Amino acid sequence: MASSPPPSYRLLGGKIPYVEGPLKVTGRAEYTDDIQRPGMLVGRLLRSPWPHARLRSIDTSAARALPGVHAVLTGDRYPIPFGVLPITHDETAIAVDKARYIGDIIAAVAAADEPTAERAISLIRVDVEPLPEYADPRVGTSKVAEPIHSRGLLGSNIQKEVVQHFGNVDSVFAQAAHTVRVRGNFAGVTHAFTEPMATIAEATPDGRLTVWSATQVPHYLHRALSEVLEIPMHRIRVIKPEVGGGFGGKSDPLPHEIVCAALSLETGRPVKILFDREDVFYTNHGRHPTQNDVRIAIDPDGRILGYDIEALIDGGAWSSFGTVTTYYNGVLAMGPYRVPNFRYRGRRVYTTKPPSGAMRAHGGTNIRYSVEVALDMLAEKAGIDPFDLRSRNALPPNSKTVNEFRITSTSFLKCLAAARDRSGWDEKYRKLPYGQGVGLGCGFYISGSNSPIHFTPKMPQSTVHLKVDMDGGIAVHSMQADIGQGSNTLLAAIVAEVLGVDLDRVHVQRVDSDVSPIDIGSYSSRVTFMMGNAARAAAEELRAKLVAAAAALLDRSPDALEVVHERIQEKGHPEVGVTFLTALHRAMESAGALTASGSFNTSALGGSFKGARAGTAPAYSFAAYVAQTEVDDETGEYRVSKIWAAFDCGRALNRLAVEGQIEGSIHMGLGQVMGESMNYRGGRLFNPSLLEYKIPMPQQMPDVEILLVGDDDPEGPFGAKEAGEGPLIATLPAIGNALYDAVGVRFSDLPITPDKVLKGIDQRRAEGRPWKGR
Amino acid sequence: MSSPDLLRFRLNGHPVEVACGAPRILLDLVREDLGLTGTKRGCDLGTCGCCTVLLDGRPTLSCLTLARLVEGREVTTIEGVTPPHGLSPVQRAFVEYGATQCGFCTPGFIVTATALLRDTPHPDRAEIERAISGNLCRCTGYRKIVEAIEAAGREAP
Repeated sequence: MASSPPPSYRLLGGKIPYVEGPLKVTGRAEYTDDIQRPGMLVGRLLRSPWPHARLRSIDTSAARALPGVHAVLTGDRYPIPFGVLPITHDETAIAVDKARYIGDIIAAVAAADEPTAERAISLIRVDVEPLPEYADPRVGTSKVAEPIHSRGLLGSNIQKEVVQHFGNVDSVFAQAAHTVRVRGNFAGVTHAFTEPMATIAEATPDGRLTVWSATQVPHYLHRALSEVLEIPMHRIRVIKPEVGGGFGGKSDPLPHEIVCAALSLETGRPVKILFDREDVFYTNHGRHPTQNDVRIAIDPDGRILGYDIEALIDGGAWSSFGTVTTYYNGVLAMGPYRVPNFRYRGRRVYTTKPPSGAMRAHGGTNIRYSVEVALDMLAEKAGIDPFDLRSRNALPPNSKTVNEFRITSTSFLKCLAAARDRSGWDEKYRKLPYGQGVGLGCGFYISGSNSPIHFTPKMPQSTVHLKVDMDGGIAVHSMQADIGQGSNTLLAAIVAEVLGVDLDRVHVQRVDSDVSPIDIGSYSSRVTFMMGNAARAAAEELRAKLVAAAAALLDRSPDALEVVHERIQEKGHPEVGVTFLTALHRAMESAGALTASGSFNTSALGGSFKGARAGTAPAYSFAAYVAQTEVDDETGEYRVSKIWAAFDCGRALNRLAVEGQIEGSIHMGLGQVMGESMNYRGGRLFNPSLLEYKIPMPQQMPDVEILLVGDDDPEGPFGAKEAGEGPLIATLPAIGNALYDAVGVRFSDLPITPDKVLKGIDQRRAEGRPWKGR
Repeated sequence: MSSPDLLRFRLNGHPVEVACGAPRILLDLVREDLGLTGTKRGCDLGTCGCCTVLLDGRPTLSCLTLARLVEGREVTTIEGVTPPHGLSPVQRAFVEYGATQCGFCTPGFIVTATALLRDTPHPDRAEIERAISGNLCRCTGYRKIVEAIEAAGREAP
């Protein structure tokens, strides 16, 4: 059946420079710390030096007596618990009764200036009873003497346990032609965005509270402030200035944001809390340290029979997104493949360490590494090319996974074909000289979570408002949060596309809860899909008003008209038409400024079993990456020289942004492979700085060839799916598998540091397993 | 204020006299005392390059520089490398190539790149990578930054 060619668009699908680019390249973009308020005080936090301690008493009298100190707060003042997930409210703004990690906030001050605030912090005396440190999640899986939280499962430190079984895993493993087992240990990694967290709060005499904060999710912050401070949401105004990167690290409502607001309420003055880099590391919420145990079985033709996965996830001191993490680490392991039998047991365990949370490709990264390494091993065992093994198992379009994820569009086979062809795989795989190798890694990720975290009251996941006045400028309001990924640009481009106007007519307004309709923010790769659909709906409503006005002016039926660049004209008779402004002014005669509203919500998805909604999404992205590596077997050092990144994000609406997301994702994935690691001795973080926690330098970045092969998604806006997180996932196993091709050593743990490479080569030689003749 | 606390230097081409105690850090002086917030604070430890300014034309980490050391010298910030109207060639290239995402590291990169292009009008990739190796970016993977600087070099006479 011949299908009609996909439509083309005036702006969308091209390279659209970011609308705030000129402000950012000149230093004129305003971030939270750039804002000064009259009479603003400095907020400072006292952090726990103990990994686990009962707070017997806190003496703040000397701090309070210091001239210039306006307020000193301890946990008893605002003790209502909160957390990003409604089911796991286990955080407090300031520690109540116990400190649970080195870095936990135990008191806060507001003072006239920095030196006074720091002096006041140093004058606070805390009397504690030290409690056992639980740095190892394995210890916390059974009953412990002093659980970190009372909500731990059966007196243990287990925060969440997920057990799922679909099909019959034991029976297929018994009949399998080949099975492998990969046990992997993953160090924690962190976002390392460049802008440290910053918050300003200002309580005013009209009974309102305004909060400016570097946040990815203004709406959840708004809710948490209201819950903990017991102020109705309509008396709180949350403003999101420019945000200097997030990657998930600014998606929880964070304790310091609430503390800052509390200090302002106490003092009646504006208060700013600005983090230093050590604060950022202690706040963490990065990718969980994880131990995966993965078994996969295939039949003689390489078809996957089943997965059997166990995971132990080190949560740190709080729940954060951890319940989601625990599900994702299992359910996101299946796609892009058809897995008919699946068993998973995941446990997330509290430890006395900085909390882990959501980080780019949350829950889908570590398990994906284990699975893709296992598939590489199976391909070798079965004598099947790694590409062929994967294509034989590709999830078909319009299908369902065994756990009832609805798959609509997938261009995974096109990803595989493009990566194989462009990388020259067939000439390179197992054929490059010793020390050089290529590896394949694939990926699968949600394009937005089908379940918003807060689903009561039931409301759309995204709403966009438009207003156009006689000047012809279009103001766009939405609480979607641009944190650098380019969502403001996409929002403006979609509105301009639908209305046929120049991009510079469209002004995306700063997120401000007083005027921005709710969108639940930048996480779970939801913004393009959901905000995009809401923006399209709003713009189409506005377009209908303009077309109706043009129809009245031209004495034509609205159906006879079309919108072209800055003009509305009769189809087939371009000489019969009016300009955008003429139509606008006619439309305004009856009602003044035109407004329109669009929203988006997902339809019901998923099965009816417990946890069935975790991982359901209106669409999924797919990836196939090939990495090429060169290893120095004298030093164990290696470089990734090139990555061919074939990605299915549906239609790429802004190619500049999609490329930027892929290249940035590869940088972040490369870091996790090559050396990024939150290094703990017990509960103490040993490398809380960008000097000791190294992210890759420009010289370490591989050449990247981006292959955007996705077909239009049926429900995504203009055919688009996500490109913000999925592009990270395939990077890691592509490199790991390329190292195997280079030197014949399997690496199941991350990071892969040069010492591990040398040790692996030595061990292979000691076992008498030559590789490529060496 | 006694006269030893008075600091005199040139900032973005203009003479400045400002009260400045001995422990004051140049980044704080620029951002807080002089209100030039284009220079960013990323780590306070000389690791990220967000606070890069030019000191007598050379890229310098303002978070590691005592303000009093700039006495009699020339400091140029992101505001100083920006033309009064429009954008410089390298700024234009950063916009066009998508070399800025979250934008927080961008002023530091622009300042560094401006100095590079002044001394080496047509840098190759290796020269660009060496020049920007003191600036961290977590969004772009550096590729579009390198491309933008290369393009700005191609545009130079």
